[in-house]
Amino acid sequence: MENTTKRYWRGIEELTNDADFVKNIHNEFGSKPSENDYKGESLVDGTSTHRRDFLKVLGFGVAAVSLAACEAPVKNTIPYLNKPEDVEPTIASWYASTFTDGGDYASVLVKTREGRPIKLEVNPSSSLTKGLSARVHASVLSLYDNEKLKGAQVSGKASDWASADKAIIAELGRIAAQGGQIRIVSNTILSPTTKKVIADFITKYPTTKHVTYDANSASGLIQANGGVLPSFDFSKAKTIVSIGADFLGTWLGSDDYAAQWAKGRRVSSAKGGNKEMSRHYQFETIMSMTGGNADYRSAYKPSQEGLVVTSLYNAVAHKLGAAPVSAPSVKIDHLDKAAADLVASKGAALVVSGSNDPEVQKVVVAINALLGSYGVTIDLAASTNYRQGNDAEMASFISEAKAGQIAGVIFYNANPVYNHPLGAELAEALPKVALSISTNDRADETGSLCKYNTPDSHYLESWNDAEPKKGYYSLTQPTISTIFKTRQTQSSLLVWAGLNGDYASYLESNWKTNLLKGGKLAWSNALHDGVFEPAGIASSSAVPAVDLADASAKIAAAYKPSDKLELAIYEKVIMGTGSQANNPWLQECPEPISKACWDNYATVSLATAKKLNFEGEVELDTQEVEVSVNGKSVKLPLLIQPGQANDTIAIAIGYGRTAAGKSANGVGVNAYPFITKVNNTLAFFNTGDVQIKLTGKDRKLARTQTHNTVMAREAVVQETVLAEYQKNVLAGRFRPEITTAEGKKSAMDISIWNGHKYNNHAWGMVIDLNTCTGCSSCIVSCSAENNVAVVGRQEVVNRREMHWMRIDRYYSSDASVDDLKGLEHASENPEVVFQPMMCQHCNNAPCETVCPVLATTHSSEGLNQMTYNRCIGTRYCANNCPYKVRRFNWFRYYQTDDYDFHFNNDLGRMVINPDVTVRSRGVMEKCSMCVQRIQAGKLEAKKEKRRPGPNEIQTACSQSCPTNAITFGDMNDPSSEISKLLEVEREGRAFGVIEEINIKPNVSYLVKIRNKEKEAKKEEAKVEHKEHA
Amino acid sequence: MSHVVSPIREHLVDGGKSYHDVTHDICKQVEGAPTKEWKIAFGVSCVIFAYGAYCLFWTWWEGIGVWGLNKTVGWAWDITNFVWWVGIGHAGTLISAVLLLFRQKWRTSINRSAEAMTIFAVLCAASFILAHMGRPWLFYWALPLPNTFGSLWVNFNSPLVWDVFAISTYLSVSLVFWYIGLVPDLATIRDRAQTKASKFWYGLFSLGWTGSAKTWARYEYVSLILAGISTPLVLSVHTIVSMDFATSVIPGWHTTIFPPYFVAGAIFSGFAMVQTLLLITRVVFKLEDYITIEHIEMMNIIVTVTGSIVGIAYLTEFFIAWYSGVEYESYCFINRATGPYWWAYWMMMTCNVISPQLFWFKSIRTNLLVSFFLSIVVNVGMWFERFVIIVSSLHRDYLPSSWAMFSPTMYDMGDYIFSFGLFFTLFFLFAKFLPVVNMAEVKAVMKGVSSNYPHKKSHGGGKAKTTTH
Repeated sequence: MENTTKRYWRGIEELTNDADFVKNIHNEFGSKPSENDYKGESLVDGTSTHRRDFLKVLGFGVAAVSLAACEAPVKNTIPYLNKPEDVEPTIASWYASTFTDGGDYASVLVKTREGRPIKLEVNPSSSLTKGLSARVHASVLSLYDNEKLKGAQVSGKASDWASADKAIIAELGRIAAQGGQIRIVSNTILSPTTKKVIADFITKYPTTKHVTYDANSASGLIQANGGVLPSFDFSKAKTIVSIGADFLGTWLGSDDYAAQWAKGRRVSSAKGGNKEMSRHYQFETIMSMTGGNADYRSAYKPSQEGLVVTSLYNAVAHKLGAAPVSAPSVKIDHLDKAAADLVASKGAALVVSGSNDPEVQKVVVAINALLGSYGVTIDLAASTNYRQGNDAEMASFISEAKAGQIAGVIFYNANPVYNHPLGAELAEALPKVALSISTNDRADETGSLCKYNTPDSHYLESWNDAEPKKGYYSLTQPTISTIFKTRQTQSSLLVWAGLNGDYASYLESNWKTNLLKGGKLAWSNALHDGVFEPAGIASSSAVPAVDLADASAKIAAAYKPSDKLELAIYEKVIMGTGSQANNPWLQECPEPISKACWDNYATVSLATAKKLNFEGEVELDTQEVEVSVNGKSVKLPLLIQPGQANDTIAIAIGYGRTAAGKSANGVGVNAYPFITKVNNTLAFFNTGDVQIKLTGKDRKLARTQTHNTVMAREAVVQETVLAEYQKNVLAGRFRPEITTAEGKKSAMDISIWNGHKYNNHAWGMVIDLNTCTGCSSCIVSCSAENNVAVVGRQEVVNRREMHWMRIDRYYSSDASVDDLKGLEHASENPEVVFQPMMCQHCNNAPCETVCPVLATTHSSEGLNQMTYNRCIGTRYCANNCPYKVRRFNWFRYYQTDDYDFHFNNDLGRMVINPDVTVRSRGVMEKCSMCVQRIQAGKLEAKKEKRRPGPNEIQTACSQSCPTNAITFGDMNDPSSEISKLLEVEREGRAFGVIEEINIKPNVSYLVKIRNKEKEAKKEEAKVEHKEHA
Repeated sequence: MSHVVSPIREHLVDGGKSYHDVTHDICKQVEGAPTKEWKIAFGVSCVIFAYGAYCLFWTWWEGIGVWGLNKTVGWAWDITNFVWWVGIGHAGTLISAVLLLFRQKWRTSINRSAEAMTIFAVLCAASFILAHMGRPWLFYWALPLPNTFGSLWVNFNSPLVWDVFAISTYLSVSLVFWYIGLVPDLATIRDRAQTKASKFWYGLFSLGWTGSAKTWARYEYVSLILAGISTPLVLSVHTIVSMDFATSVIPGWHTTIFPPYFVAGAIFSGFAMVQTLLLITRVVFKLEDYITIEHIEMMNIIVTVTGSIVGIAYLTEFFIAWYSGVEYESYCFINRATGPYWWAYWMMMTCNVISPQLFWFKSIRTNLLVSFFLSIVVNVGMWFERFVIIVSSLHRDYLPSSWAMFSPTMYDMGDYIFSFGLFFTLFFLFAKFLPVVNMAEVKAVMKGVSSNYPHKKSHGGGKAKTTTH
């Protein structure tokens, strides 16, 4: 073969020996593309792309497009630029403050989270406040009411404060120059410093007079007691007689009395434990909550009220040898027995009356004087300030306004157009008043008629003080800056008086100079504690002087029993006077006795309903009636109220608001115009020409409970009388036994379950039926703590209220235990029992076994837990719950227009407790025993390397109970209150509701004991029943 | 006589049909254009279905708050309908499986539509399982699926989980059984098909059926095996459904009698429903020769037997409630009969206990119109039975404070209407596109062609026994 020297070149570069080529000749695959190849700009830098970046670009592009397609909600979390000293995200801060609404008072601790007040609790430093009422608990939601005025208004148009002030000052100056009359109209003012501000204002405008009135006036009581409102002590009374005073619920707007009453009702099954109880008689027209808790209760018609008091006086006087008064006597059941008991417990007796008639109250003073109550159960020296209204002054103000004699009026948080019987006349007169100013938080019935609206701030946004009882002071401090452009009225008055409007400094200096005699720290200590209670006032046994003969003569003239229909006007425990009517928590909280919410209604006894030809029971369906009194008429639903006096109709005040907001407007009717005058004070009844007739229209009542009786089910409610209990602590207990091969055994001792072991904590609860008054503060407290949805009237009618906590109210029945139809009907004057009911956290929980997805499970600490996220909503658990305490989210109750309550607006949602999930639609919920509080308490203890203290962790209900009827705690901790209680009551009063089905609830109830004589008939029936069983 | 000789049975098919007649009679519904009657019936079903679907959609969109349920009565029409439909389904399985095992040849003309009814009824029942959930989009959480939620599993203690297994097993077994039975008939239609489309589709679903002896033998084996699998389901499904109630603590639910009582009730209502459907089908599709008075009478006898069992169960419940001495239990039953829902209770008693007893009269049980009417009455009664068990037990249980009433809304009714729409739409689609009578099996129970002779017809009608064969 030819030697070939032929060469092949790989390219022209090789032929030409290109320098670059020679450099890379060893590199089989040529040079790697370098950064320089594309001018140093890769995808990373941005401008040009390369095929090798194709997948990167594709991947990025797809990811970017798909990400952009998901519209993520924009939630801005803005960090603090300068973090406030005491705001730690997720950590609650507590401030002591004071709730006041007119004369209603409570010393509170305000829980704030991230600067938002979300919950109120009792201030333990206060010696007056022992529990918070439903209205106090609900007041935190009123703070976030977005229907309040958002700033000053002049003639209905928004204005800035400076120009409003300028105009007001100019007008005030003009009026003062002409000597025109100015009035400041307010409800009771508990604040001494506010009164000082008003005095300063009066100094500047001397023609000003301060007129005080109360919608639920106690004018008569004050007059009869020599111008002061005495303080009462129910705990020291062995016999309590109340004539129309709902002192556990609404009387004088205070929770102190419930706590005192409960003190005298608490018994213990321990050897040597207290087995004495006060005896409580209640005489009244309506069935009040207090009446429901009484040992003996009888009804009278309003026209008999004065005579009931004089009859009681005569009965007591007869036994004590005093001279009787001359007044027609009335025959009321138990009145003589009450007199005998009062005399027997002389020196430890108390008679109170809810009447606003000074003459009636004078006779009550005389009875108490005979019984030596002054200085023991009644004290004039340590007087209270809860009611300061003067009916006569208010009446003369309205007549002056009508006569055009008033040139200027300032309504200081008062709404007389709505809540005064002469409101309509005032409304007509107001246009005649040249300068009308309202400081109400909204353009309400009165405010909307005023030229200037200068809205006051909510108490949680304000500085203030209060003196509810002589020598007991407390402070209100702001816990949030004003949400709207509101200003405290005290500042407004100061500004209008030409003074420095800084009320905070005014308050501080007033306290420092006049109240606090202590050192430098006194002010900050008082602010920290919220209360300042210098050495108490010595109690006095002084008795006010009353002209008994004159009083009884006036009573005899004013009270003439008749067979005619009469109207009673009462205050509901939950709604009160209607000042917080736009609060959905209150609207939805059922009234303790009627179990109705979202309405007021005409209550009548069954006999009276029959006279009307009204057939049947009222469950949800009822009929509309037209009630007319002296020509004025209202239409409202009828409710049959066992225990109410025959031939009476009762209507609650606090409803029928027209300018309060979405939740209140049009709910119920206004009963204030029916209030009349007797002996120159407002009388909360009307004995005029009262007519009632069915209009033929069907109505529905929103009631959370429609079946009134307990159907003689002893496993549900167990009760006895005191004498039996004293003999045997197991009296009234229902202890079913089952016959087994080894003889009779308690139904609770036989089980196929192994049971749970609780090595750490075992949470439980004990509820004393004897001290639960049914006040329902726990319901609102629970709703606030656990973000329980408000569902509105229609959903309550649909039987779907979401309350985790409810209070079952049962009436007694006269029927024998075998008469099942008869048992459905309450007695004419029934005994009442209140039974708080919530998840019983059963150890053999029927709900836990049936959930297909394990959404409800048992915790290692005895809690029955609900996992909302896992729930698919079969509702099997709720069906299988023997207590029916599970609540289902039928709809989405938040952010849905149909449920336009606080969950449906941004402001209202500020009250949501961030520690508790807001439940979505389709999931089950129920009482968790405030598991978030348990966790928080455990974590707190862990941080401090200790066990949680015995009573450190409290549920919302147990903490808020004014009578301490609910005890929560760790049953594994022998030093906890619940362990001590169960230790003595386990072989005593403690029982589990329907424990015979062996679900082993962790909630125990203590037998209800009535301090009354045994009734032969009832016992017979019980024996018969036992034999049958 | 030295041996027992069975009497001559009455003909199971009347009208002197030949094998070809059978094929022709059954196939003409499938092959021909839809008849006017079918169009009307199907049209009405579609309208009902559409209205029901709207109601169901709204229920899902808004939440089940649109129903009349409340905090006390957490189940009402939803579970009533569920149990009712599941019960109805039982007849199909019983007819095709149990009667097959017992060699009851008369079942052949009705088993196809009964099985179809089972499947559609179970689908209707399943729609209520989904609809009654608060969050139906999470229904799969009730299945024991491996998941990424952690060690999250279903609760094997819960009867609802058992239900899920029972219903899904039931649906799948019934579907397979029904389909296997269809294969030879689908092949017949395939072979007769005129259009390409029907040749393709029927060909596809007839799974290459050749009709060889081996194929037939395999077909028989599979049928027997599936019948064996299905038979326990007849008992187990409703037993498990009854445990939803029996394992609870609610008075009126917590009852050990429930499993047999529910199974009897299911067969009772199922036969009534089959009766209703057959009486319509035989008229609409002119199948009087295949679904004879004999069939109707047999069905009515079963309805009477099961109805009596159910009646005894009702009485037993009452007796036990009294005998137990448990006050809640006694109250529950007194309340059922005399409480606010007394009308539902007496409706149930009249329809279920009294009305089937009329079938003791031969003139009544062979009367088509009365049979049709009573079959509907029985199903109304069985619906009320479930309503009474569910609602009247829940509405007044232990604590009188929670006692409440239930009243239905238009969505409760609309969702029930939906299930009817679904059922009948599917049933009419089935009746149009698939053979409603099992041709292959009917041919197997026919006499030879010789039975066509008119003089042999005289055997029919009487119960005269003869020793000749």
